[in-house]
Amino acid sequence: MSVAVHGEEAYEPVFTGETLAALERKYAEYPTRQALLLPALWMVQEKRGWISEKAIGEVAQVLGLTPALVKGVVTFYTMYHTHPVGKYFIQVCTTSPCGLCGAEETLKALLLHSGCGELGATSPDGRFTVVEVECLGACGFATPVMVNEEFIESVTADSVPALLERYR
Amino acid sequence: MSQEMVTVTIDGIAVSVPKGTTVIEAAKQAGILVPHYCYHPGLPTSTSPAVCRMCLVEVEKAPKLMPACVTTVADGQVVHTQSDQALEQRKGVLEFLLINHPLDCPICDQSGECELQDYTFREGRAATRYTPDFAKRYNPVEDFGPDIIYVPNRCILCIRCVRFMSDVAQEATLNVSERGDRAFIGVAEGERLDHPWSGNVVDLCPVGSLLSKDFLHKARVWDMDKTGSICPGCTQGCNITIDMRDDAVVRLKPRPNMDVNRHFMCDHGRLDYRWMNRGDRVEAPLVRNGAGSTAAADWDQALDAAGALLQGAGGRAVILASGRASVESLGLVRKLVGNFDVTAAVKVPLGDEAPLAGVPDLALRRERVPNLDGARLLGYSAEWDTAVEAARTAAVVVVLDAELSEGEASAVATSSGKVIAFSTLIAGWQEHAAVVLPVTTMVEESGVYINRDQRAQRFQQAKAPPAMARPAWWAAGEILSGQGPDADAPASAAEAFAMVARDVASLDGLTHDALGWSGRALTNGAGVHA
Amino acid sequence: MGFPHPSHPGETVVLSQYFGDPGARTYDGWVKRGGYEALRKALGMDRNAIIEEVKASGLRGRGGAGFPTGMKWSFMPKDDGKPHFLVCNADESEPGTFKDREIMRWTPHALIEGCAIGAYAIQSERCYIYIRGEFTEPWAVMTKAVEEAYANGVVGENACGSGKRIDITLHRGAGAYICGEETAMLNSLEGKRGNPRVKPPFPAQAGAFSLPTTVNNVETLAAVPHILNRGAAWYKGLCLGNPKSTGTKLISVCGHVERPGNYEITMGTPMRDLIYDMCGGIPNGRKLKAVIPGGSSVPILTAEEAENCITDYEGVVAAGSMLGSGGMIVMDDTTDMVYQIWRLARFYAHESCAQCTQCREGTGWTTRILGRILAGEGKESDYELLLDLSKNMTGTTICVLSDSCAVPIVSGIQKFRSEFEAYIRREREPALALGPA
Repeated sequence: MSVAVHGEEAYEPVFTGETLAALERKYAEYPTRQALLLPALWMVQEKRGWISEKAIGEVAQVLGLTPALVKGVVTFYTMYHTHPVGKYFIQVCTTSPCGLCGAEETLKALLLHSGCGELGATSPDGRFTVVEVECLGACGFATPVMVNEEFIESVTADSVPALLERYR
Repeated sequence: MSQEMVTVTIDGIAVSVPKGTTVIEAAKQAGILVPHYCYHPGLPTSTSPAVCRMCLVEVEKAPKLMPACVTTVADGQVVHTQSDQALEQRKGVLEFLLINHPLDCPICDQSGECELQDYTFREGRAATRYTPDFAKRYNPVEDFGPDIIYVPNRCILCIRCVRFMSDVAQEATLNVSERGDRAFIGVAEGERLDHPWSGNVVDLCPVGSLLSKDFLHKARVWDMDKTGSICPGCTQGCNITIDMRDDAVVRLKPRPNMDVNRHFMCDHGRLDYRWMNRGDRVEAPLVRNGAGSTAAADWDQALDAAGALLQGAGGRAVILASGRASVESLGLVRKLVGNFDVTAAVKVPLGDEAPLAGVPDLALRRERVPNLDGARLLGYSAEWDTAVEAARTAAVVVVLDAELSEGEASAVATSSGKVIAFSTLIAGWQEHAAVVLPVTTMVEESGVYINRDQRAQRFQQAKAPPAMARPAWWAAGEILSGQGPDADAPASAAEAFAMVARDVASLDGLTHDALGWSGRALTNGAGVHA
Repeated sequence: MGFPHPSHPGETVVLSQYFGDPGARTYDGWVKRGGYEALRKALGMDRNAIIEEVKASGLRGRGGAGFPTGMKWSFMPKDDGKPHFLVCNADESEPGTFKDREIMRWTPHALIEGCAIGAYAIQSERCYIYIRGEFTEPWAVMTKAVEEAYANGVVGENACGSGKRIDITLHRGAGAYICGEETAMLNSLEGKRGNPRVKPPFPAQAGAFSLPTTVNNVETLAAVPHILNRGAAWYKGLCLGNPKSTGTKLISVCGHVERPGNYEITMGTPMRDLIYDMCGGIPNGRKLKAVIPGGSSVPILTAEEAENCITDYEGVVAAGSMLGSGGMIVMDDTTDMVYQIWRLARFYAHESCAQCTQCREGTGWTTRILGRILAGEGKESDYELLLDLSKNMTGTTICVLSDSCAVPIVSGIQKFRSEFEAYIRREREPALALGPA
């Protein structure tokens, strides 16, 4: 499946200048270059918002790996996006402990008020994507929600509209 | 070097194996096959992933079933591969493997040589508990490379293919993508599975998930005849089987030989078989008559004509031989011109070398003929152009099935000498030959090749020869027997080999029987080059 | 302390003393609170003496397996000339568990100190702290703390002026429950898919980058400085139940309790006290129905079993479950057990790494059967099928993810069969629509 993405035709490398230097500095902390794979993918996602096939190729080249190997790793970890997502990527924990405390209602409210409608879809304004996530490790603070890198505890269906307002 | 041995009892059979041997290999020594999918002796066994969980066996005193592929034997260990617990567990694995499998054996090429089919037939459940309640996972067929398609629905994720590419070919073009029951074998976008040895993943795949496009829907496994042979594609001499349906070669497969090719063969050798099925063959002997035209003859006439031509003659004889000619044919044809000054050469097409990185001393070699070293041993050189030049003025030119370019054909056709052709294919220059003898290809005869490591290996006749074609060694032997009182014509390739071997120091005493089916390294191999 | 709630007198506050205290997060604040004294002491000690001290304390792995920490350290080869690694497992992702998160958020230097001591004890010059990708706040706090620790020379090429090198590297995960399994974590650290490895070889022989490695949980390492400061005897003395379970344990309590949070208890505290007293009992006047006492991978306890359970490694086993990571999921009498078990199975199906056949296919299949039951399409034969599949999924795979999926199914059918029956006999309204699982 290939998705036509604006700007992907003329791919601009991520690992140049300071980004490349930062990656190379990290190399001092590991015995192998492959160990830099997860950090490098994080750097790509931070810069580009997602990890495209071309970025996979670039990471492979920079680390001396094959694109297939990198892609196998990218698809293993759920936090790496293999396609573009909304400006605010919202992850809602619905695993059992949170499920006991109303996570599903929180999720429904998020889908409704964000305009996403369904899981994994991006809202028409491109602002939000809402997904379910397995245990965020904050079960005592049901329901935890992540908006990009921000971690928000104790979100309830009632508090969702106010939460979303912060990102509009 | 003495190794520490340990004794284990597997299904009641005691075997002694070197310390460090895995249970699965020890079981083989006891004649017991432990069902398995992910383990393969051709892949690095020290890192066998033990993921299929098919080979779990009961080891007495162990708290749970142990994977036979990674568990090493211990002295006094008692293993049960057929206990209720082991059987139940395998039945469970088979059921899990089948829930998302399409069960499309009737249209699957692997059917008949499918390890999922075989083990399910032997040990699996008669009926599934999954369908029709739940739909099976479906993913479309993927085009992986020039000769390989991937049918994900049949995949059992044994990852033999992934490990072959990463650990043996050392070019990790395949991966496992995604997780859980959504996982599949993937390639990166724009990448192709086109490594020169990638075809091996089709052999390694225990199910019908990775398939050869070339072989797709060509034949059912049970309709094929298999014959042990040697790949004629280069000087490596990979051991192969030739698979025939009716009277056509439909595929070549590697045949394990730990000293030559392990479990593998390259794609060049694998796919270069169409010439074996060519129809433009010389089907009857041709003899040039007094009027200068050639006409079909019977074998006796043709052999007499060739014999007469050589009898008592002298001067320069040139042999232009194919690098696919066997030791037997090369040796006896060389004997035919024993009274002459001989210039003998084999034609050696060249290509790029393509090593299989993870296996020492295994590569598709530059010299794309199987018997260059056999030819050298028998007095042939690779100085092909010199020999062609010499042919122009030689007294006798013998063409032993060499495919001639236009220029070479013209050198032969306009030669001042007499031309004797041992030919498989029809060619224009043959009308200038005094005698044309219809001979068999290596698929249609038995014989011996000697590879680049001075290993003599037998190949076996797989295919019936067309019409009157006979092996070149037979024709040469018949001519020789007509020339001398003590020369008996050989009646078999084994006899022909014995005749040739008598005169070559490094072959002396060797026989077809002694070579067996995995060949033998010549003892004083390296020093005998002509 | 029962963070985010005030400390309860029934707790023994050691690790959680500074939860909620932002002053403890900084290097200066930590030193003011007695921090890094244990590290300085340790660096002056013989390595073996540290290991012996930890052994004597009875400290056991807090990540879930409960393996004695000192013994694990003693498995590391000595003076073999190879680099060694300490890997701190901060991939806290067992549903119901959220203690390591608080340790990192509030007392990052406690973890750094524990890591440095552990690294020194096992002759490692580098410790990797593998933090799950979702823990953005702990990551930020830890990043700052590591920078401070370097800036103040407590770690680095001359840790605390001892002449010994101890480097600390934070490594971020990227969303995979299975990376909490130690060998999967090592693969992930090496830049691979987080697939659990076949053992042997064990990490002490061939761990990270195939070199000798010890993997310890955050809570385990954070306890080490306290043991060195106050002595093994003190730690060993923290014991109300079985003498093999010593010290304090952070119990993350979530679900249907009045005050969910992290409670630090002395090993052996009755679970009844924990639920009804410390956590304030079940809200809204409801009754306790079930407890999953050690993270989602352990058998479910009924209310009666939980109320009579002693909270330590042996006590929970005696009650029919396991202490695991100490993540306690409490369920009241309104809880639909079938639904919760389905939800757990779905979790495991999502997280299965895809290596072993039984896990890859079994987690998905059992999830679909449970979904079918919830959709009102269950069959009488489903019990037998679920139990049989669970049997095939138990003890047959490389790691225990497959077993973990089977555990709540088996204990659920054993202990709450009537709830399954209500769905299967169509006595209860379907909770799910039948669709693709």
